[in-house]
Amino acid sequence: MKQIIVVGNGMVGYKFCEKFVATQESKDFKITVFGEEPRPAYDRVHLSEFFENQDAEALEMAPSTWYEENGIELVTSERVVDISRGKKTITTVSDRVFSYDYLVLATGSAPFVPPIRGVEKKGVFVYRTIEDLEGMLAYAAKIKAENPNARAAVLGGGLLGLEAGKAVKDMGLEPHIVEFANKLMPRQLDLRSSQVLQLKLESIGLNIHLSKATNQILGDDRITGMEFGEDDVLDVDMLVISAGIRPRDELGKTCGLEMGVRGGIVVDNKMQTSDPNIYAIGEIALYNQMIYGLVAPGYDMAEVAVNQIIGNTEKLMPADIDMSTKLKLIGVDVASFGEPFMPPSKGHSIIFENKTQYLYKRINVSLDGKSLLGGVLVGDASDYSMLHQIYLNGMAIPEDPAQLILPATEGGGAFGDVMDLPDEAQICSCESVTKGQICGVIESGEAKDLGDVVSCTKAGTGCGGCKPMVKDLTDATLKSLGIEVKDTICEHFELGRQELYDIIKIKGYRTFNEVIDNHGTGCGCELCKPLVASLMASIHADTANKEYAIQDSNDRFLANIQRNGTYSVVPRVPGGEITPDKLIALGQIAKKYDLYTKVTGGVRIDLFGATLKQLPLIWKELISHGFESGHAYGKSLRTVKTCVGSTWCRYGMDESVSFGIELENRYRGIRAPHKIKGGVSGCIRECAEARGKDFGLIAVDGGWNLYVGGNGGATPRHAELLAEQIDNETVIKYLDRYLMFYMRTAKPLQRTAAWQERLEGGMDYLKEVIIDDKLGIASDLENEMETLVNKFECEWTQAVNDPEMMKRFNHFVNSEDEDDNLVFVPMREQKMPEPWN
Amino acid sequence: MELVLDKYATTKVEDVKVWFKAASVNDFPQDGGACVKYKDKQIAVFNFAKMDKWYACQNVCPHKMEMVLSRGMIGDDKGIPKVACPLHKKTFSLENGENLNGDMDAIATYPVKIEGENVYIGFSE
Ligand code: SRM
Ligand SMILES: Cc1cc2nc3c(=O)[nH]c(=O)nc-3n(C[C@H](O)[C@H](O)[C@H](O)COP(=O)(O)OP(=O)(O)OC[C@H]3O[C@@H](n4cnc5c(N)ncnc54)[C@H](O)[C@@H]3O)c2cc1C
Ligand code: SF4
Ligand code: FES
Repeated sequence: MKQIIVVGNGMVGYKFCEKFVATQESKDFKITVFGEEPRPAYDRVHLSEFFENQDAEALEMAPSTWYEENGIELVTSERVVDISRGKKTITTVSDRVFSYDYLVLATGSAPFVPPIRGVEKKGVFVYRTIEDLEGMLAYAAKIKAENPNARAAVLGGGLLGLEAGKAVKDMGLEPHIVEFANKLMPRQLDLRSSQVLQLKLESIGLNIHLSKATNQILGDDRITGMEFGEDDVLDVDMLVISAGIRPRDELGKTCGLEMGVRGGIVVDNKMQTSDPNIYAIGEIALYNQMIYGLVAPGYDMAEVAVNQIIGNTEKLMPADIDMSTKLKLIGVDVASFGEPFMPPSKGHSIIFENKTQYLYKRINVSLDGKSLLGGVLVGDASDYSMLHQIYLNGMAIPEDPAQLILPATEGGGAFGDVMDLPDEAQICSCESVTKGQICGVIESGEAKDLGDVVSCTKAGTGCGGCKPMVKDLTDATLKSLGIEVKDTICEHFELGRQELYDIIKIKGYRTFNEVIDNHGTGCGCELCKPLVASLMASIHADTANKEYAIQDSNDRFLANIQRNGTYSVVPRVPGGEITPDKLIALGQIAKKYDLYTKVTGGVRIDLFGATLKQLPLIWKELISHGFESGHAYGKSLRTVKTCVGSTWCRYGMDESVSFGIELENRYRGIRAPHKIKGGVSGCIRECAEARGKDFGLIAVDGGWNLYVGGNGGATPRHAELLAEQIDNETVIKYLDRYLMFYMRTAKPLQRTAAWQERLEGGMDYLKEVIIDDKLGIASDLENEMETLVNKFECEWTQAVNDPEMMKRFNHFVNSEDEDDNLVFVPMREQKMPEPWN
Repeated sequence: MELVLDKYATTKVEDVKVWFKAASVNDFPQDGGACVKYKDKQIAVFNFAKMDKWYACQNVCPHKMEMVLSRGMIGDDKGIPKVACPLHKKTFSLENGENLNGDMDAIATYPVKIEGENVYIGFSE
């Protein structure tokens, strides 16, 4: 058995292991990996996600158990400090010695810190490891506590620097980018595209300083500023240095391997260093006199080294390495591929620029106009995948190459179908997956849907940039095999939601069994039953009491189930307006039933911890005080959040509370594909956060601005402007149409935001349907909504007044006892369920 | 915690010693479930009216040990009758208790018989 030692457990070192254990020959080798970091390899490319959730485990390339399961010995927190090539051994920092047959150096690189006076001061960071991020987070919290307007600068306006800029902005610091060159991302962008990007970044609050050479870092023991020229100073409280990388080649130097003039360990196309038993891969390797600071070439190097070691000596590193990149920075697409800058002597450039939309597209074509040599895209990189493929595969381009980047015209856009790509076209460059492989696993029957394709080929599991293309290919291949790609509800219905909506409406079905017996198979399940219930409710305005066993569990009991099986009680408080008497009643009822009480994020009050049996008793009392169901459990209208508006506020332009209450009362109770929330703000200061809601209104001079399709949740989205300066009546007319159109056509559990985003034709189409009535359905939509509005009934009032319905609310059918499994523990001055372990 | 689970073990019809008269058929919703108390046990009983069948299982969900399965929605997974836990939608076969969408331990199931208007659950002790 031969011993391989891998030094460095970063992305590429890990990939080497993964590829190695997948080979037949691996059983003849033993792999030992040394990593200096305290944890197993993680996804550095997505490092910034750590700011969102601080979940280091989520970034791991594989859990530490994976190494064990695959017979790999992983030693973390142990730096290798010496190599003895004569004895073929390495020595670690704790003076342990290990011998190897093959040594693989994957030590990556470290951020380059320029020798500026004062860089050692507190508050100066680099951006490479999870520990760096933890340090930044802690420091940012500290300086923000001292000064809410604290500022942070990033030194370097390259790809990583801009990412760091976003990170400090998200930490709530005022972000500044300081770049030495006269443009941003100097390696990828030309001057004009950099200017467009700069405008866009400035519009979202990043301050950009170009052509600045930093002379020194100011401050006593901690940074207070940066000095450029004599009188040119920028006050900052924190600095992130992102000025390039330097290979961590210390080991290569001390043991006398051939090195590059400016660092890096020289390798040939076998990834072999000047010592044939030592390989170098990833950001440490100097190949073609270049360090490639991207994962994709690193992964290819890992693949080559694996093959060389097991004896597949014909597998070599290609001479040309694609350095195309696409990234999304703070919501701005930026991409460059091939040769982004090109002298006129080598070809022609076609440039499309629209600064008002922060758009810039440039492609470079050969002098004969036949091939694509490269390009730059800023603001909209939706063409990137296709352009990149055309470039990589040397595909023919249209006679007028401008078609490649001009905004698609009606009937156009036929150019660039994914299926036209050659089989060898590399779709996922992180995992080297070709079009042929993706189509192949579907054609062979191994993969039946997108999920299968991803798990069979690993396409899309790296940076994720190729996902849209993988999906298109999957859909197109399935279609070519005659397999219909359909969004069906579940195994019981071969129909989509909209089809089922139409069927129920036309046939007038009123029970689940009628629907499944006539249009489905089997008994139904937890997916189709609540869906049918919701459709019948949207169409006939039935409450959830109608056929309660097909309702989602929360609707069945008209309350949200909590961790321990008890429920919460949320009465409606329209617009958030509540009288002192009602507040007192809420307090008294909560006290009587010993309910945990909290003000919700939706401007109302939630009482937690009611048992099934208590629910109707509590509601009876609430109803007697004038409350009604808040539908916190239903896929229906939740709250319309309001600000106090012109009633009290000195800036108010209109009565946002009155209008909010009117809207909440209008749409309460209607069932929709997902929950709906509204907001009404009295002026553009937007205290009701209306643009974060499914529908939002902002009072302006001359009426209301109506926004639609906003969302909080996991994928926040601002609502988009549907109409401007309209009066109350028009707002209601448009909203009736909008909501009804959504209820008719969205997928199950699709919020308005996701629905609107996928609506073909986008906002323009939506305006045509809602405002211009292009489909001629506006009056139908309004009538349907009017019916629902008129039929509203509070389902809790229904339930507590009907002894038959009350039977539902008991823990046992054969006993009056309560669930004896319930345990509450004290929590501040209230109670909570015993924690789960 | 494990103590709760220890109380429940799948019972086959042939091992039944006691047929416990739980409640009347009408006490259970059509195509839905309700919970029955038997000594210190909580048993979820489901009325599959559509197939004219009845099933029973432990009320405690093995995922978080909460007494909630009777409040779950029932249906079938490729013909296998199942219940979906109302808390996190883990689904369990009502025929053999197996977790159909994960690798949780199986839940205990019990035989049910209907005589006249009454629902009986079979226990081995
Ligand atoms: C109680 C409350 C948190 C609180 O203590 O403040 C809450 C609690 C729950 N939220 Fe929420 N959300 C609450 C305000 C919000 C808000 C804030 C708001 O409305 O302004 C949001 C973001 C805004 C938005 O919806 O766009 C919010 C976004 C979500 C989401 C994500 C929705 C999405 O589109 O991604 C879910 C998950 C879902 O619905 O699928 C969710 C789901 C839930 C559920 C229902 C989870 C569950 O199934 O148990 C929680 C149980 C509620 C209950 O009463 O037992 N909750 N939830 C808030 C109740 C508001 C109310 O008065 O009705
Ligand atoms: C914030 C950020 C964003 C990025 N975004 C992208 C992107 O969008 N696309 C892209 O292609 N690339 C991106 N990169 C670059 C990419 O992360 C690197 O190309 C890749 O991580 C290189 O892998 P590696 O294994 O060579 O080096 P590393 O991942 O740095 O791994 C080297 C490991 O070796 C360890 N080590 C070093 N010396 C020793 C020693 N003597 N003994 C033991 N262990 C040692 C180090 O601690 C480190 O854990 C990004 C990088 C960062 C920091
Ligand atoms: S954010 Fe998560 S934990 Fe908090 S209430 Fe909403 S769903 Fe529950
Ligand atoms: S408690 Fe039943 S699925 Fe989580």
